[in-house]
Amino acid sequence: MRFAVIVFPGTWSDKDCGDVLTNVFHQEVDYVWHKETDLSSYDCAILPGGFSYGDYLRAGAIARFSPVMEQVTQMANDGRLVIGICNGFQILCESGLLPGVLTRNAHLQYRCQWTQLRVENTRLPFTNNCEQDQILKIPISHGEGNYFAPPDILDRLNRNGQIAFRYSNASGNITDEDNPNGSLDNIAGIVNENGNVLGMMPHPERSCEANLGSIDGSFIFESMIDSYLAQQPAKLST
Amino acid sequence: MSIDQKTLDEIALTRAEYEVLVERLDREPNHLELGIVGLLWSEHCGYQHSKPLLRLFESDAPHVLIGAGKENAGAVDIGDNLAIVMKVESHNHPSAIEPYEGAATGVGGIVRDIFSMGARPIALLNSLFFGPLSDARNRYLYEGVVSGISGYGNCLGIPDVGGQITFADAYSRNPLVNAMCVGIAKHEDVILAQTGESGNVLLLVGADTGRDGIHGATFASVELDTESEERRPAVQVGNPFLEKLLLEACLEAAQTGALVGMQDLGAGGLTSSAIECASNDGTGIDLDVALVPRREDGMTPYEVMLSESQERMLMIVAPENVDKIQSIFDRWDLHSVAIGHVTDDGMARIREKGEIVAEMPVRIITDPPLYRLAGVEDTKMEAIRSSTIDDLDNDPTEKTLLKILNSSNIGDRQSVYQQYDHQVMNNTVVAPGADAAVLRIQGTTKGIALKTDTNGRYCWSNPFIGGAIAVAETARNLICMGARPLALTNCLNFANPEKLEIYYQLEQCILGMQQASNSLSVPVISGNVSLYNESEDGPILPTPLVGMVGLIDNIDKHCTPAFKNAGDLVYVVGSQKLEQDETTLGASEYLSVMQHETKGTPSIDLDLESLIQDFVLKTIDKQLIQSAHDVSDGGIAVAIAESCIWGEIGLSGDTHALNGSKDASLFGEAQSRIVLSVTPENSDQFESLAKEGNIPFFKLGTVQGTNLDLPGIVNLTVDEMTLAWKNALAESVEKR
Amino acid sequence: MFLAKVYVTLKPLVNDPQGIAILGGLHNMGYKSVEGVRAGKYLELHINETDKAKAEKVVTEMAQKLLANVVIEDFRFELDPIQ
Repeated sequence: MRFAVIVFPGTWSDKDCGDVLTNVFHQEVDYVWHKETDLSSYDCAILPGGFSYGDYLRAGAIARFSPVMEQVTQMANDGRLVIGICNGFQILCESGLLPGVLTRNAHLQYRCQWTQLRVENTRLPFTNNCEQDQILKIPISHGEGNYFAPPDILDRLNRNGQIAFRYSNASGNITDEDNPNGSLDNIAGIVNENGNVLGMMPHPERSCEANLGSIDGSFIFESMIDSYLAQQPAKLST
Repeated sequence: MSIDQKTLDEIALTRAEYEVLVERLDREPNHLELGIVGLLWSEHCGYQHSKPLLRLFESDAPHVLIGAGKENAGAVDIGDNLAIVMKVESHNHPSAIEPYEGAATGVGGIVRDIFSMGARPIALLNSLFFGPLSDARNRYLYEGVVSGISGYGNCLGIPDVGGQITFADAYSRNPLVNAMCVGIAKHEDVILAQTGESGNVLLLVGADTGRDGIHGATFASVELDTESEERRPAVQVGNPFLEKLLLEACLEAAQTGALVGMQDLGAGGLTSSAIECASNDGTGIDLDVALVPRREDGMTPYEVMLSESQERMLMIVAPENVDKIQSIFDRWDLHSVAIGHVTDDGMARIREKGEIVAEMPVRIITDPPLYRLAGVEDTKMEAIRSSTIDDLDNDPTEKTLLKILNSSNIGDRQSVYQQYDHQVMNNTVVAPGADAAVLRIQGTTKGIALKTDTNGRYCWSNPFIGGAIAVAETARNLICMGARPLALTNCLNFANPEKLEIYYQLEQCILGMQQASNSLSVPVISGNVSLYNESEDGPILPTPLVGMVGLIDNIDKHCTPAFKNAGDLVYVVGSQKLEQDETTLGASEYLSVMQHETKGTPSIDLDLESLIQDFVLKTIDKQLIQSAHDVSDGGIAVAIAESCIWGEIGLSGDTHALNGSKDASLFGEAQSRIVLSVTPENSDQFESLAKEGNIPFFKLGTVQGTNLDLPGIVNLTVDEMTLAWKNALAESVEKR
Repeated sequence: MFLAKVYVTLKPLVNDPQGIAILGGLHNMGYKSVEGVRAGKYLELHINETDKAKAEKVVTEMAQKLLANVVIEDFRFELDPIQ
């Protein structure tokens, strides 16, 4: 599977994502500068975390106009996989590929901490290796991760199974205490209507190696790789 | 002499120094030249008072690649052809005026010091010192500084893995903001601040130059009015986004092998950056200020040369490589402009549109007059050291322990650390909060442990011993993680060194640090000095911050301070019994919390320290140790309470005879002690190794249950200790 | 009752990273005619005073003490009477 890790000016999780995909999951990875305009050879685009354009004005607001975003939109329309992590989620929302917005954390502070995510929909290409209501230990690191959507959109997200993850406690209860940023209904990650574009605030690439504290992020990357492989026609051996 | 006092005052040059300059030049300097020399001969750039003392530090050891005083930062070898580059720097004064931007630009400056050497920054640490949070101004400074560090550091994608936060009255109005940055580079990629040969091109890259941070001198020749005040922004606003681009572009440039030298523009701006490079190589420079990209119109040569605008870097490149380097900066949408070249005549020559506006020999202006004073101790200190420590054991021990766990210097710092991204780069194996942070080194089996530490109270009470303890304790922290200390950097925060009692503190602290660094074989590889930290409220405590890096050969063998499993045996090494006498409470946290006083004096036996550190490192390496935690502020009671809190498990103590004061035994801060836990299977081997090594030790008890229970001495649930400890900072903010 | 519209901006010569980044973004989108951007804050305060001079005084005070950091920022405001 070929991954394009998109690098905007100010991106910083690019290398973390690339390293994990290469060293842990043994996939092909290219770092793609935001001025590139051809993503036709990639199966998945990752929009990593960071502060694209310093997050000045609004997080993701300037990055969405980068030339590469036209091709990211094309990938989303083609049904190829797109995952926005942290700042990448913010860019996907600003660009309209995902509904809703990410506003400043309710307590107004930056938060870097471990969170527990309840998997809400296991039929997605990002979660189909998980069990329903499985709890994933994955850290967050952001100042603007407070998800908001108007009631009609929230309703649609719920009806269509577009909510991928919610912040929860260890037993899977959705509580205010376990909501690290004030997100509406503890939403931590959502997908588009077709289910091939995921945005999530937590950093799965930070939780794929045991000595960093958790390997639960692997469920997400492995789901993506497995669902890609499942779609490929069986190759004839020569 | 025609020079007036006002002009001299504004560039902080004494009349005697001015006369030295005139004699050396054999003429009067012009206004720009005087400004340049004022900058280079300031304490900040020229280390006039501290340099003779800093020479006392030795930095030679086989693994030291770059020692103290030679470059922007020191460097040590960690094997695998990798070098660790590190430095700590202060941004105290700017943070006192505008805490957010002051702290933010402090982070920016120290990070540039590291990547200007071609090293990728992999960690930040901060040691912060404030007055008590009960005061509104202190709260404002504390909150502003923490969010400034968070705002700038997080944007760069460099993990901030901890440090230290200390509160004491002496830091009210004089906050200290020290930032340490650690970088990694392949040996061959390390870039020095040098010019190479004549003809090489000076490329100025990064931000445009504005009138930021120019000292009062700028307006020396004009009458100060409201309008000119408006024109002089005292506080610089950092641009972390631009710094991130500059970081990536500079490292990309460094990898090309086409850079001769690189030097950041920090305090002293273009002046000290360009002239220091020339000084290092015995060359000269010839540059034209008209070529410098400006943020503002109408800037004079004086303003351009003295501007301290952030996020700028000077590169020295051979003429044939200029295009290659410039294309990298173009790709990152950053300016890179040739502003001059290296010469072989040893002159610092500054032009404006071709016309020479300043011209002085580099050798003369980079050799400031140095001052070696004879320090004298404040006469009251002897009485403070020898005063009796009494009035102990007034409260039930449980109440005292909870009070200390709930105090602002002991309580949990998680509310601060969680505002820093401490995980980005995917190397953080032990997050902030433990004795030291541990990072893995990708591509190897290795890890490094990092820590910054000092104790101003100890240094005030006895500067020599305090300096020695600062080094010993920081090393001990690394040892507890299973790391062998490799090298230290420092930031010497003191008050006005022209006062002899302050000079005495500075000198004695340095001597103490040097002795400990010799005893423990931890060379000093870089340092920074911040003097004149005093306000009308008085001087700060002498605060010689130590930053240290240690190496873990096999990251899987690293140790942590949390108790692990029920049944593990708890030992204390460095002492044969729990009982300690009153003198161990000298200058302790206990006296500060319970009696609001600093009296008595700390002490340390460096031979014992060295013995204990070697032993603990060896037993961790043999994987005999389940947990290791240094006994420091708050004594053994706080150390074991923390190991219980982190491990979420109790400790059931053996019977210990305490004939004297309970408080002294529990809260005394006798040095060189470490609390270890060991599985029952390994305990025989552990004990026999300790006996073989003549290590003083005793068995304290067993990890088990829900309580910290030392029979007849103290008994508390882990839950109530956790609550007191976790709420300490929030509650001290509320105590208004 | 007055509505105070308070504008807080960086002093003219203080570095404005946000403005610089927004300018760069606009240029990248093709808006070449924009030559400078300075970013600031806009606040609306409802002031329960009947006397305009008093309202002016209290807004000035609040702006100096909290809304603006006068070390690096300027402020100005408009006062409109409201119901």
